[in-house]
Amino acid sequence: MTDASLTEAMQSDARTGEAGMGDYFALLKPRVMSLVVFTALVGLLVAPVGIHPFIGFFAILCIAVGAGASGALNMWWDADIDVLMKRTAKRPIPAGKVTPEEALGLGLALSGFSVVLLWLATNALAAGLLAFTIFFYAVIYSMWLKRSTPQNIVIGGAAGAFPPMIGWAVATGGVSVESALMFALIFMWTPPHFWALALFVKTDYGDAGVPMLTESHGRRVTRNHVLGYTIFLVPVAVGIAFTSIGGAFYLALSIVLNVRFLWGAWQVWKRDETIAETDGYATEKWLFRISLSYLFLHFGALLVEALLRSLGWAIW
Amino acid sequence: MVIKVEHELHTRRRGRNLGVGLLLVGMVGIVFGLTVVKVLGLSDIRQFETFDHVARPAIEPASIEAADQLRATEEVGQ
Repeated sequence: MTDASLTEAMQSDARTGEAGMGDYFALLKPRVMSLVVFTALVGLLVAPVGIHPFIGFFAILCIAVGAGASGALNMWWDADIDVLMKRTAKRPIPAGKVTPEEALGLGLALSGFSVVLLWLATNALAAGLLAFTIFFYAVIYSMWLKRSTPQNIVIGGAAGAFPPMIGWAVATGGVSVESALMFALIFMWTPPHFWALALFVKTDYGDAGVPMLTESHGRRVTRNHVLGYTIFLVPVAVGIAFTSIGGAFYLALSIVLNVRFLWGAWQVWKRDETIAETDGYATEKWLFRISLSYLFLHFGALLVEALLRSLGWAIW
Repeated sequence: MVIKVEHELHTRRRGRNLGVGLLLVGMVGIVFGLTVVKVLGLSDIRQFETFDHVARPAIEPASIEAADQLRATEEVGQ
C-alpha cells in the first residue's frame, strides 16, 4: 500500500467512523435472524425424518447466515431511504460506519457461502429454497415491491415464511402439505401483524417514498385488510392440527389463539380513527402484542406435538 | 533492529481482526466437525475412498460382493 492510498484510507475511516464487528453483525438484522432460526428449527424438528444433531445445527446456522445475508443486501439497496427515516437512520450504512460496497460484498459472500455449504451438508432442495428466499427478499421485495406497491408487506412476507419449509427440506429432502401449511401460517400472519403495528405507529415511510397501505389507501381500508387476512389465516392455522405434525394439544391451543386473534381483528375493524385516538390505539396495540405470541405459540405447540409423538403420547 | 507496529491502525482494528480470526477458526472447526459426522455416517466406510474421484476396481460393487462371498466361504470352511 502506498503512502497516498494509506492516507486516503485513513481519511475514509475518519469520515465514516470505524466499523467494529458489531456494525457488521447489525447488517445481518439479528432480530429477524432469531425468528428465522426458531421457525426453521421447528420445521426441522417436527419432520418425520431424523438427522444427525450436528448436521441439524450446521443447517440452521446456514439458514441463519443466509437470512443475515439477505438483510445485508436489503440494507445495501435501501441505504438511500434508510437515512431518511428515524427508525433506520442509525443502521450501519446511514450512520456512516459501513460503506454500501462493504454491505454488498458481505451480503453476496455470505449468500454464496450459506447456500453452497447447506447444499454440501444436506441436499439441493434445501439449498435451492434458501437461495430462492435470499433472492426473494433482496430482489423481489427490496428492489421491486417495497417501493412500488402498498401490498409490499404481503408478498414480501413470503421471504419470512420460507424458513420452516427449508428446515423441513433439510430433514426430508422434499416439500409436503405440512411444510406448505407452516409457510402459509407465517405468510397469512404477516399482514395483520404488520398492519396492526402500522395503525398506531406514526411512520415516515411516506417521506422516503415507500407506499404504505395506511397512507396510500387510508386507515379504514387497512382495518378491512387486517380483518380479511385474519379470516383467511384461521383455517390455515387450525388446519395444521389435522396433518401429521398436528394433534389434539395443537388443535386446542390453536382454537383458543385463533378465537382471540379473530376477536381482536374484529374489534380493530369495528373502530374508527376517532374512537382509536381517544384510548391511544389500545385495541390496535393489543392486537399487535397478541400477534407476536400467536405465532410463537403455534410453532411452540408443533414442537410439543413432536415431543408427545416421540414419547408415544400423541392422541392422533 | 526492533520490529514494531508501524501504524496505530493495527491497534485500532485489533477487535475487528480478532473477530475475523475467531470466525475463521470457528468455520474451520465446524467444517471439520461436519466432515467427521459425514464420514462416520457412511453405512460402509469404504465408500469414503470414492471421494477422491479415482476409479478403484477393489471398491467396485462386483469386487466387494466377490470379496464378501470369498470371506463367507472361508468362514464356512473353517
